[in-house]
Amino acid sequence: MSGPQRVKFYQTGTFTVGNRLLDVSVRSVQSDSTRNNSLNSGHRACQGCGEALGARYALDAAMRAVKGKLVVANATGCLEVFSTPYPESSWRVAWLHSLFANAAAVGTGMAAAMRVKGRHDVRVIAQGGDGGTVDIGFACLSGMFERNDDVLYICYDNEAYMNTGVQRSSATPAAARTATTPAVGDQPGNVFGQGKSVPLIAMAHGIPYTATASVCDLRDLEYKVEKAMGFHGARYLHVHVPCPLGWGCDTGDTIKVARLAAESGLFPIFEAEYGEVTGRRAIRKPIPVDDYLKAQSRFAHLFKGRGDPARVAMIQAIADRNIRRFGLISEGVPA
Amino acid sequence: MSKKRLIQGNEACAHAALYAGCNFYAGYPITPSSEVMEILSYEMPKLGRTFIQMEDEIASISAIIGAAWGGAKTLTATSGPGFSLMQEGLGYASITETPCVIVNCQRWGPSTGQPTKGAQGDVMQSIWGTHGDHAIIVVTASTVRDAFDMTVKSFNFAQQYRVPVVLLMDEVLAHMRENIDWPEPGDIEVIEAKRPADVKTYKPFANDEFLPFGHGARYHITGLAHGAEGFAVSDEAAARELKRMVGKVQDHVRDLALHDRYLLDDAELAIISYGITSRPAQSAVDLLRAQGIRAGLLSLKTLWPFPDFLIDEVAERVDTIVVPELNMGQLVREIGRAAGGRSQVIPVSRIDGHLLTPAQIADAAVAPFATSAGKVVRS
Repeated sequence: MSGPQRVKFYQTGTFTVGNRLLDVSVRSVQSDSTRNNSLNSGHRACQGCGEALGARYALDAAMRAVKGKLVVANATGCLEVFSTPYPESSWRVAWLHSLFANAAAVGTGMAAAMRVKGRHDVRVIAQGGDGGTVDIGFACLSGMFERNDDVLYICYDNEAYMNTGVQRSSATPAAARTATTPAVGDQPGNVFGQGKSVPLIAMAHGIPYTATASVCDLRDLEYKVEKAMGFHGARYLHVHVPCPLGWGCDTGDTIKVARLAAESGLFPIFEAEYGEVTGRRAIRKPIPVDDYLKAQSRFAHLFKGRGDPARVAMIQAIADRNIRRFGLISEGVPA
Repeated sequence: MSKKRLIQGNEACAHAALYAGCNFYAGYPITPSSEVMEILSYEMPKLGRTFIQMEDEIASISAIIGAAWGGAKTLTATSGPGFSLMQEGLGYASITETPCVIVNCQRWGPSTGQPTKGAQGDVMQSIWGTHGDHAIIVVTASTVRDAFDMTVKSFNFAQQYRVPVVLLMDEVLAHMRENIDWPEPGDIEVIEAKRPADVKTYKPFANDEFLPFGHGARYHITGLAHGAEGFAVSDEAAARELKRMVGKVQDHVRDLALHDRYLLDDAELAIISYGITSRPAQSAVDLLRAQGIRAGLLSLKTLWPFPDFLIDEVAERVDTIVVPELNMGQLVREIGRAAGGRSQVIPVSRIDGHLLTPAQIADAAVAPFATSAGKVVRS
């Protein structure tokens, strides 16, 4: 994977990098010179951190959408640790580190207080990693959804507990190697469980807005944050953020790996309102999951020696099911 | 000649659990205890034993309680925030008299605190963290070999007395590497729970005999106050059962009170310490002896049930008792109570995330002390 990066040429007129040649009204938030820099430079994230990128875009978009009237509760995790090493902070928003399990409930409390005080202009975001969302924080999150509390919860999903040393979470994909799912035995890596799609669980609560996004399409991420801030009530945004350290991919390939996840169908990008899917990021030409898996050493055992085509096929089946389930391939576009 | 191995405290704990026959681990990653689960996630499947990573610490302690009633020897390991989440489960384990071991690698608290800094702030929580009077055993370790031995002994106590056993380690011990004599099978006794002679007449809460599900007995397990058969009781019967449960550890304090003594026989000044702080405390004794002060060390390995009789013996003989702790003074209160005014009890505390040094302990011991309020040492 390593090696010199090819020089990339971005086309003008696309949304790829928040193009400054576009009219101001349609420019991305990041290309706006007055953007908030909510997660400012100088933090301690690893090189190529997808979570730092995702959080920066998400919160800047939110800050613009609510005209700077934003408070944020942040669960324990990489994002909290790398952004606030003693005695510093990279946050340029009103920011509260809650605990590991309770960011959603703290968000509930802040939103309720703002409502009681009549501060309807101040909006609330709660955010955390996949561990703090899909595992330990799940009960608080479900409660927040059920009560329809006026909070946008953002999960930055890097698919394991990276902060404590890459242990598996309920968001860790099948067959991935982590510190607690070592690549040993007959079935190396993480188990093929039933999976745990928190976006689908959020939709099952019937909340106003649910979406998934990825750092491979930052303009789409900004759009979804802005759209989410247009709703009141409970909202959920699940952002796929590669972790070069935990995934064993090149630090320069964060966007590329995220794109492979989306283009293979392994990470479906869609949005839903009140429990019904209303939009999806179409895949023009699905790529085989092999391309995605081979880019990461956490899946290396699937390709060692004669390889493990049976288990790769099981992962391909997961991607194919996502494509069918969310209608990721537009009609008329050949698969 | 036993073989030597250079290992970390957490590694010693994990391998000791395997040595003790632990065949079920459920846990959740948390600094500074994660290595225990990482090692077991690798080693247990190789031995055909069960490792499960749970979704949080509430689930972790609940799973080991369930697994114990399923017939397994069970362990979980955690640190402060996770240990706080486990408190309800600890109470349930205590009232259901479930043998299980909980390792708590203490870190600076409260809350997230300082995840990578050691502390001894969870002593009182380990004893009293769950609500209500209850039976629990709390032990500590001060060396890497100690971490091995005390892990095995924690399993033994849990099996013998049918109680949850909390092994208090700390971040420093968890991550410190020492060259230890690697115990061979048989070097450390491994004790299993007593089984009833007659399955048909077995009453799960009549005595310390433990018969998990699936052995032909029918019984009832509940977190409600219950009698010998396990069915709910109230009033005097509830009081009687609670006394029996608490008594089963309190009445055996002399069997449970593991400890080390160092130069204590002729001591005029005693240091009473536990866990990692026993290391600088022992050096402090040497420093004081070099100054001509007859100092000695009582290093407690079992903190609960509290060994009043050990403090009694010391307080009878020495004028001064120095109690160094990496907290703002927790066990010193129990020691002061047990000393009953016979000796001056001086707390030495350090709460900046670093270890007490031998000199700090020795200085506190010889510093002019007008009151027993003690001296708080800060770096």
